[in-house]
Amino acid sequence: MVNDAGAGLGVHDVTVRYRVSGNDQRYTTPSKRPVITWVPPKRSAAGEVRTVTAVDGVSLDVAPGEVVALLGASGSGKSSLLRAIAGLEPLAGGRITWDGKDLHGTPTHKRNFGMMFQEPALFPSLTVGKNVAYGLHQVPRGRRPEIVARFLELVGLPGYEGRKVTELSGGQAQRVALARALAPAPRLLLLDEPLSALDRGLREHLVEVLGKVLRRTGTTAVHVTHDQDEAFALADRVAILADGRLLQLDTPDALWRRPASAEVATFLGYSTFLSQVDADALGLGGLASRHAVALGPESLTVDPGGLQVAVREQKGRRGYVAVTVQLPSGQQAELRVPDRIGTATVGVRTDADSVAVMG
Amino acid sequence: MTRRVGWTLAGALPLAFLGIFFTWPVATLVARGFFPDGVFTLAGFQQVFSEDRTWRVIGTTLAQAAAGTVVAVLLGVPGAWVLHRTRFPGRWLVRAVVTIPFVLPSVVVGVAFKSLVISTGPLGHLGLDRSFAIIVASLVFFNYALVVRTVGALWASLDPRTEQAASVLGASPTRVFLTVTLRALFPAIASAAALVFLFCASAYGVVMVLGGAGYGTIETEIWFLTTQLLDLTGAAALSIVQLVVVGASLIVANRLQATQARAQRMRTDSSNESPWRFRRDIGPTLLTAAVVLGLLLFPMSTLVIRSLTTASGLGLDHYSNLATTGGGTLSVPVWEAVGNSLRTATVATVLALVLGLLVSLVVSRNPRNELGRRGLGLLDAAFMLPLGVSAVTVGFGFLITLNRPPLDLRSSMVLVPIAQAIVALPLVVRVLLPVLRAIDPRLREAAAVLGASPGKVLRDVDLAFLTRGLGLATGFAFATSLGEFGATSFLARPDEPTLPVVVFRLIGRPGLENQGMGMAAAVLLAVGCALVMALAERMRPEEATTW
Repeated sequence: MVNDAGAGLGVHDVTVRYRVSGNDQRYTTPSKRPVITWVPPKRSAAGEVRTVTAVDGVSLDVAPGEVVALLGASGSGKSSLLRAIAGLEPLAGGRITWDGKDLHGTPTHKRNFGMMFQEPALFPSLTVGKNVAYGLHQVPRGRRPEIVARFLELVGLPGYEGRKVTELSGGQAQRVALARALAPAPRLLLLDEPLSALDRGLREHLVEVLGKVLRRTGTTAVHVTHDQDEAFALADRVAILADGRLLQLDTPDALWRRPASAEVATFLGYSTFLSQVDADALGLGGLASRHAVALGPESLTVDPGGLQVAVREQKGRRGYVAVTVQLPSGQQAELRVPDRIGTATVGVRTDADSVAVMG
Repeated sequence: MTRRVGWTLAGALPLAFLGIFFTWPVATLVARGFFPDGVFTLAGFQQVFSEDRTWRVIGTTLAQAAAGTVVAVLLGVPGAWVLHRTRFPGRWLVRAVVTIPFVLPSVVVGVAFKSLVISTGPLGHLGLDRSFAIIVASLVFFNYALVVRTVGALWASLDPRTEQAASVLGASPTRVFLTVTLRALFPAIASAAALVFLFCASAYGVVMVLGGAGYGTIETEIWFLTTQLLDLTGAAALSIVQLVVVGASLIVANRLQATQARAQRMRTDSSNESPWRFRRDIGPTLLTAAVVLGLLLFPMSTLVIRSLTTASGLGLDHYSNLATTGGGTLSVPVWEAVGNSLRTATVATVLALVLGLLVSLVVSRNPRNELGRRGLGLLDAAFMLPLGVSAVTVGFGFLITLNRPPLDLRSSMVLVPIAQAIVALPLVVRVLLPVLRAIDPRLREAAAVLGASPGKVLRDVDLAFLTRGLGLATGFAFATSLGEFGATSFLARPDEPTLPVVVFRLIGRPGLENQGMGMAAAVLLAVGCALVMALAERMRPEEATTW
């Protein structure tokens, strides 16, 4: 699957393990203990140290100019994989390559990758401009202001060079972090849920900004997220991870139409797996005899002349009504309609292009 | 690999310093108690403990610490209410006045209270000189601010809704206070009390000045046995007793501090102070006013006034006398002692800062393996040890270990700053370490991803943050060294005394001239320390919350 000589990023059978113990202070909140006294650090009990396999034999590749999203629930290992690519976590197994060259032994600061974290992680002692210029130490001093100005303009913050980072709002700070990550023209940009700490409206706006910036700069990127809309909006290909394993890597469209397994389909929101009886009733009998077929929330549409199914429950949602209907086998499925249904049964239909076909 | 070697060296250098100038002397001192002639024996202990005087000394120490603690808490809790829960004009000034005593050197506090009770003082007719009461009063003077600030900080941020819930349920204000408020404040009160007990039990300078040689607490008795009777075995035995007392109260203080850290989590961010109201606040306000005027301002102003009082009325004679040796009382003029003090304090500050910086940087690392984390925990603990050992013990330990090859430093001036640096080192680490620990690890990662080498990360992230704590740490270290008396009184050579030593010598001599000069010198020392601390406090980083 992964071509060793291929250009771009190669992830070959990578495994990452953590030793988790009670007194790992790496990401705890800072202590605000009184200055004069000392409290002994908590000791972990003997059995408390355990090894967690965060990434378990994952292989994938990212071609130059491509954006790949790592999509998974929290704890699926997507952030650990990203940190391993950055060189921030040691590998327990496998190799990470760039243009076919093994990056083992290349420390983080020599990989020429850019990274955005969940928090902006701006340097509080430096101004906005100095933050953006931080990675430009290779560039002659005189050319730096022009690059800083260009990238601040790109993220929609022209003229912010002199601002203090403490004066920025959350969304502005994250945009400065994006400019800072892009300014050194990294050969790969790593995005570790950079938008998840923002509120919804801001997030949707910044997804657009991010998409525009990535396309305009032609940046190769790996984008970690748990938000499906974000992944599908930004990525050329999406990798689904669960429990440290790679379930499927495909284009958003292929992923949506043909999930590799029931697990992937469930993760994407397909909740009803059709029995042969129901498939026959919906006119998909031929397809269902060869593949597993699943219905998502938008697979069924109302058609008075279609299959008559019983309405079980109706819940008002923002802009639509979620209707639970009962299929002939007794299995339930979801249907979205603009208004509540007044009758006890409703006619529905579907077609092969609206369902997920597995395998 | 080279990085690991570098970090190991950075940890090893301060450890070696601590080993040579703290562990070795203190261990030798302990050994001297058990092996007086190279053979294990408890004879030294038996002899010391068979004397009534020893038990009287231990009893006095505990009684004085207990009384000081109880009075400080009883006065401090109402003070915390008035200064942290009510709003009135001029509150900042009262708060500032309350904080001054905590930064004054112990010798100065002793002299200030001495100026009240000597026969010519305003309270001279009460015959309180060398009494238990005046020593307890001076200990309360010292520790009042500690109670007010610790309790007040928690009180100001207590969630008011529990109290409101209680009164909605029909509890009277008294019952609300006793059943809800006091219980919520208990962690702060208890941890403040344990610290106050610790400071009272190990008080040295105040007791030396106010009590005189005959009074006797464990600390002063160690000094008496060593320097006056040359009974090193007895002194060593008493030092071990003191180690036990101080160690026990430190452990209790730490335990309570941990519960306080938990209690702090329940607090709100909003301040809930309210405007001063007559019916509710008049009682605690009168009490606090009495404390501020009678206990805090009265001794301080008496000290200043008496330093200006000459045989012929007010004048600066005592201050101009600081250029002399006080008619032969001193071996050097006071100004020369000031120079000595500034010199030793500067050297001690540099030592404590360099070592404290290294220790903080090493301890704030996050090694991936368990062994490394354990090791750093131990390193952190090791540098807190000097907090738990009285300065007198350190000074005495130096005296019996560093007086012969391979290290014969007794005759060199370098011992004093080294001892002062050992005393200041835990404070420096306590200021710098929280600042480093507060750094988001992602900042270091962000810098690394942007191409910064480990050395550049250290400079751009860690050191950039550290500069914010450096001002406070420098101030702490300098003021502590400047006023240090316990260890210095053992180690300073007679011909090169520091300012606190000179103050002590002058105040112990009879005669208006000597005492006036001593008070002038004490005022000088107080102003110096207060200025340094005021400057340092302005640079306090927000990570360093209370003390």
